[in-house]
Formats: sequence, structure tokens, C-alpha cells
Amino acid sequence: MVLKIFFPQCCNKADSGLLVGRWIPGQNSAVVLAVIHYPFIPGQVKQYIHQMRGQSGVDLTVLGSWSMPKEGQEGMESFLRDLSTIFPQGQWLQLSREMGKIGFRCEGEKGGEKDKVIFIHYEQRKVMLSQLHPIENGVPDPQTESQLPQVFGTVCQSEPLFFLDKYDDSPVKLTHWQSEGREGSIIVELMKQASTPVCLLTTWILTLSSVCLPRILNVRPMRFISSKLSTCVQLSYRTEHLQTVSSPTRATTHNHFMRKANIFVSFFVDVSLGLLLVSWMYRENRIGKLANTLVPAADHIAKELEELLQWLMGAPAGLKMNRALDQVLGRFFLYHIHLWISYIHLMSPFVEMILWYVGLSACLGLTFALSLLSDITALLTFHIYCFYVYGARLYCMTVYGLSSLWRLFRGKKWNVLRQRVDSCSYDLDQLFIGTLLFTILLFLLPTTALYYLVFTLLRLVVVMFQGVVHLSVDFINSFPLFSMGLRLFRSYRLAEGVKFRVLCEEPGTPLHLMMDINPLKVSRVVQTYRTPTYSCYPKDSWLALCKKLFLGELIYPWRYKTTKID
Amino acid sequence: MQNGDQHYSMEDETYTDIDGKAISLECQSHSGFCREFTVSSAKVSIGRVMVYTCAVWLSAYIVFFITENTAVLSSAIIITLVGMMVHIHFVKVDHETLLIIGSLGVQVSSSYASGRESTDFIEMDKIKDIVINEAIHMQTVIYYLCILLKDPSDPEAVSSVVPLFQGKRLIK
Repeated sequence: MVLKIFFPQCCNKADSGLLVGRWIPGQNSAVVLAVIHYPFIPGQVKQYIHQMRGQSGVDLTVLGSWSMPKEGQEGMESFLRDLSTIFPQGQWLQLSREMGKIGFRCEGEKGGEKDKVIFIHYEQRKVMLSQLHPIENGVPDPQTESQLPQVFGTVCQSEPLFFLDKYDDSPVKLTHWQSEGREGSIIVELMKQASTPVCLLTTWILTLSSVCLPRILNVRPMRFISSKLSTCVQLSYRTEHLQTVSSPTRATTHNHFMRKANIFVSFFVDVSLGLLLVSWMYRENRIGKLANTLVPAADHIAKELEELLQWLMGAPAGLKMNRALDQVLGRFFLYHIHLWISYIHLMSPFVEMILWYVGLSACLGLTFALSLLSDITALLTFHIYCFYVYGARLYCMTVYGLSSLWRLFRGKKWNVLRQRVDSCSYDLDQLFIGTLLFTILLFLLPTTALYYLVFTLLRLVVVMFQGVVHLSVDFINSFPLFSMGLRLFRSYRLAEGVKFRVLCEEPGTPLHLMMDINPLKVSRVVQTYRTPTYSCYPKDSWLALCKKLFLGELIYPWRYKTTKID
Repeated sequence: MQNGDQHYSMEDETYTDIDGKAISLECQSHSGFCREFTVSSAKVSIGRVMVYTCAVWLSAYIVFFITENTAVLSSAIIITLVGMMVHIHFVKVDHETLLIIGSLGVQVSSSYASGRESTDFIEMDKIKDIVINEAIHMQTVIYYLCILLKDPSDPEAVSSVVPLFQGKRLIK
């Protein structure tokens, strides 16, 4: 097999010294992590490497020697060859670079066969910070892990090796990506210091509220109402999020860290958008104007419904209705609307105040404002929901009766025990009454069907609107903003794989490749880092929905999933 | 010969892809165990672009003449621009490269007319074999080169990768 040496770009111009790194078992590859310079004492080097091995958990060894000859440093070659006796190794690499030439040379123990070596240059900082996302079809087996994840893992875990820079006073002098000075950011440090007390405070507030609130909410009617109102659902969901984010323990795995960061950023954006909305709405007393248009809007809807019912009671679209049934149903629904209008007018003095205070809860986030909108719509169109239920039940009973009497008409019966249709011999009077009822129901069917159709369409319009609002709430909740920002601005941190480029070489030198990071595709970023939500999605397929509509069963098209717990 | 690589392109044999457009193949050998194959197709022809643009704008002008609505003209301009950007960024492939590095893996890369490159690297451990597979496309049978990948539950091939557009090869 060809020998592959992963060489960091920062060490291209390093002075002569020893190579420190790791051999990857079974792959005939070596990852060079740093170069230790002269002068050094072999005993101290061994001690340092042993210490680093313990701290990082990576199997670090001295791989070989690196020579970059400068003026006045002749005679290094023999010195470097003698070093292999001090550090006992299975395979000793002797990498060298000549002035004026770009390519390296390598002499292994087995004799310098330059055709059997590949140098793969990598940028150490990017490889250390990036996270590989391989397309796995199952659980990866650590024993048979392939080469690239092992390389990435080695560089990532060797972080303690990169703590010493050239300004530290230590017995060993290293060259690696941080040797010019340790990288740090004052903002990140300040945020780390500030985060602990803030997390503790938030956790304390949350535990307090979680102690008080269940006492209120566990009363039966409150629990029912709070499960129906989407604002309460959203509130509980956000509390859960806050609990995840404000836990004082640091995130251990990469996925956990990304989850926390995504929740934090989306929460922050949500709250700022909500505050923006509140400041816009309360500025010129727009909320008062909104409240003042709410009652006339409800009135207008009721008036439109009355006109619709008058139309149905006449000859709608030229169809001839059954007069008596038409009048009964029409008057029944008209009385309902009259009741509804009375209730709205009773409430109208308080509407503005209620809306003013409730609108303040939009400070908690844009998602709360949208959930409030959905809830207000549901409350204002409650009569449409009631009409739909009445119409659907009536139609359902008609269809059910018709199907049963049709079976009687043909001399069959539904066997409940066997769940099938059996033949049955009826008496003459049973047949007579059955046929009469069948005829009555059949001729009344168009009237009930028309009422059912009209109210179902209205209900579907309201449901579609609520669905759109819920989908947008869900989108704001689950979209991974932090991961997307990372992918756009620091694309090397989320890696799908690597890509290689052949570096221009000179004749007589082995092959040199440059390993770049291939960033993750945007669609995979969203798919991997989506925060799981109580996403609402259609419960039935289109066919099942149509079947339910035809039979008159009540439809609740959006189903809420309970929050997934990983 | 440059820099010790062997670099040669098949100039005397012309190839066409399954749609009949001319493509060219170039092989470059970087080392004993590293080879690069590049298949390039014809560039975006300026004549065709101009013909399409003129046709769209002429029809938009006729519609404007009939309806007297300026939104037709601006929408035609926007559609043309957006369509061209989408075409050169997502659809029009300029060249595709197959880089084979012995004992490391195979890299497949497509470069689009706008300069975007989409790369995929497959490690040697995951490759079962590279074969020529045949498929039925419309009314003909075409042959294409594909890489068989190993399934984690050995040793069946799970997914085929189609690297290059080598459809019918005509030697003229």
C-alpha cells in the first residue's frame, strides 16, 4: 500500500526537528501534528509526549525527522539519522525539503521509493474546527472506521498539544497552527463568563414557575382549554426550549451544542421580532384601532352568513329545495347567528382592554403573536365551526340511514358480528316502512347535502388559514438559524467530506495533494439540524380526506405531534 | 509533456454524448497511481442565447402591443435574466473531472458554466468496484461508467454512482 502522510500547511516552513503525530492503524498513513525544534533533550521530549498522550487520549508518537536546511546548519543529515535509534519506532520517516524546491522528499526505512509516498497537505485550524457529516447507513463501527474520520478525529482531539505557543517558556519548542500565538476572542470569553450566572438565574425562574403553574393548570377545564389554545402550547414549548438552553452544564457532543445554539439564536430572533411588532402596533394606538374594527368585522361576517342562509332558503343556484326542511334548518341557523351577535355586542366594551393586555404578550416573541392570531380567529369563527358540526352530523346521519335502508331495499343486512353484508328475509311491513323511509331520506338528501357543502367549505377556509399560521410558527420554531449562519460564513465548520487538488510538482518528487474541506449542502444542514417541534401536518392523505368528507365524518385536518425527546 | 506528468487529449477522435452534442476527453497522469480524466462539453453558444432572448422579448412586445400593460415587458426581462442565471448556475455543466488516487479514493467533480464546482470524494474503503453498466434510455441502450459502493452490511453493493456523461461514443 502507498504511504500517505498528512502534513499541516503551517509546518511547511518550519525549522528542522522531530515530527510528532499519530500512525493510523491499518491504513499505512501518518498524521503529522507538530514539529519539535532543536535544541531539545530527548528525555524531556519523551516526557512531554507521554503527558500529551494522557491529556488528549490520542496515541501520539514521534513519527520521524524533518529537515529544512538553512545556511550554517550542515551535518544535520547524519544527526537526523541517528535520532531514529533514540526514539524506537516501527517505521521512521525522514522528510526533507530543499531550498529553492517546492516538493518534499521522504526516505522511509524500507529505502527511498519516492513513487510510493503521497503527501497530503491540510490546513490544521480548519480541520480541527470542522465536524464531519458522513452519509451513514447505520451505526459506524469504531474499529473499521475509515481513514478520513480518523484523521479529523486525531486533529480534533489533539487540542492540548496546540496550547504551547512560541512565547511560552517550556523545554520543548513546537510549531503548529497556534504557535504564532494562541487564538482567542474577547467577546467569546466575556460571554462565557456571563453565561453561567444568567443560566443559573433562568433555571431558578423556570423551576419556580414550573412549581406554581401545574397547580393552576391541573384543574380539568383549564387543562382542556390550554390543550386547545395554540398559545398555551407554544408557551409550554418555549419553556422547554429555555430549559434546554439554560442548563448550566456545557454541551458535550457537537449535536447537543448545535441544538443549544440554534434554540438560543432562534429564541433571540423571535423575541426581537416580537418586540419590533409590539412597538409598531402600540405606537399610534394601532391596537385600539384594531380592537375597534374587530366587533364591526364580526358583525359583518354574521351579516354575510345571514344573507347566505336567506339565499339557501330560497332557490340557491336554481336548485329546488324541500321547502319545509329548508325553512326549519334556515331558521335554526339564523337563530344561532342572532345569539352569537348578542354575545359579541355584550363583549364589545371589554374588547379593547382585553386586546391591549393580550397584545403585550407578543413581547415574548413573534411566534406568540401568530399563535394569538390563530386563537382569535378560532374564537371569532366559532359559530362557523358549530354550523359545520351540525351540518356534518345531519348529513352523516342521512347518509348512514340511506346506506342501511338501501341494503334493506335489496334484501340484505349488515352483520355486525361478522362485519359483512348478509342476505336477510324481511317481513312485508318492515319492507314497506323501510322503503318509505328510504324514499323520504333520498328526496331530502339534496337539501342536507347543500347545507353540509356550504358549511364545510366555510370551515375549510378557516382551517386553511389557521394551518398557514401554524406552519409559519412551526417554521420559525424549527429553522436552524445558527447552523445556517455557520454554513454561510464559516463553511469549513460543517463538512460533508473533503476534496483533493493536485499541487504542481517537480519531477522526481512524490505526489503532493491539497486537502480542502467540502462544505455541507444547505439542504442537508436544514435536515440535520432542524429542531424537532410539535409540527402540525395533515393527518390524512388527500384520498382519506375526500372519503371522510363524502361520508360526513368530522374532519380535524391538522394533528399536533407531541414534542420529540431525543 | 509538462512537469513530469503525461498529459494527452484525444484530439483525433471526436466523441458525442447521448444528445448528439460534441464533447472532448482529456487524460492527465500525475504520478504512477494518480490519474485525472476530464470530460468537457461545448460552451454556452452566444448565438443560441441571442436567439432565445430575441424570441422571448419579441413575443413580450407583441403581447404588450395588444394589452398595453408595461408589466408584461418588465416581467419578460426578469424572466429572461432569472432563467439565464439559473441555467448557467444549475443546469449547464462545463466539464466533469474524475480524479483517481491510488489507495486513497476517487473524486468526482462537476464544474458548471458559472464557475460553481460540486465535488464528491469516495474513499477506497467504500468502493466495491468500478463497472460499465447499461441502461435503457428512451429507445436505446446506453452504457455508463459507475462506481459500486459497499453496503455496511457486506458485501452487496448498495448505491451506484454515475460519474460521467459518457453516453454513446462515436469515433469519427
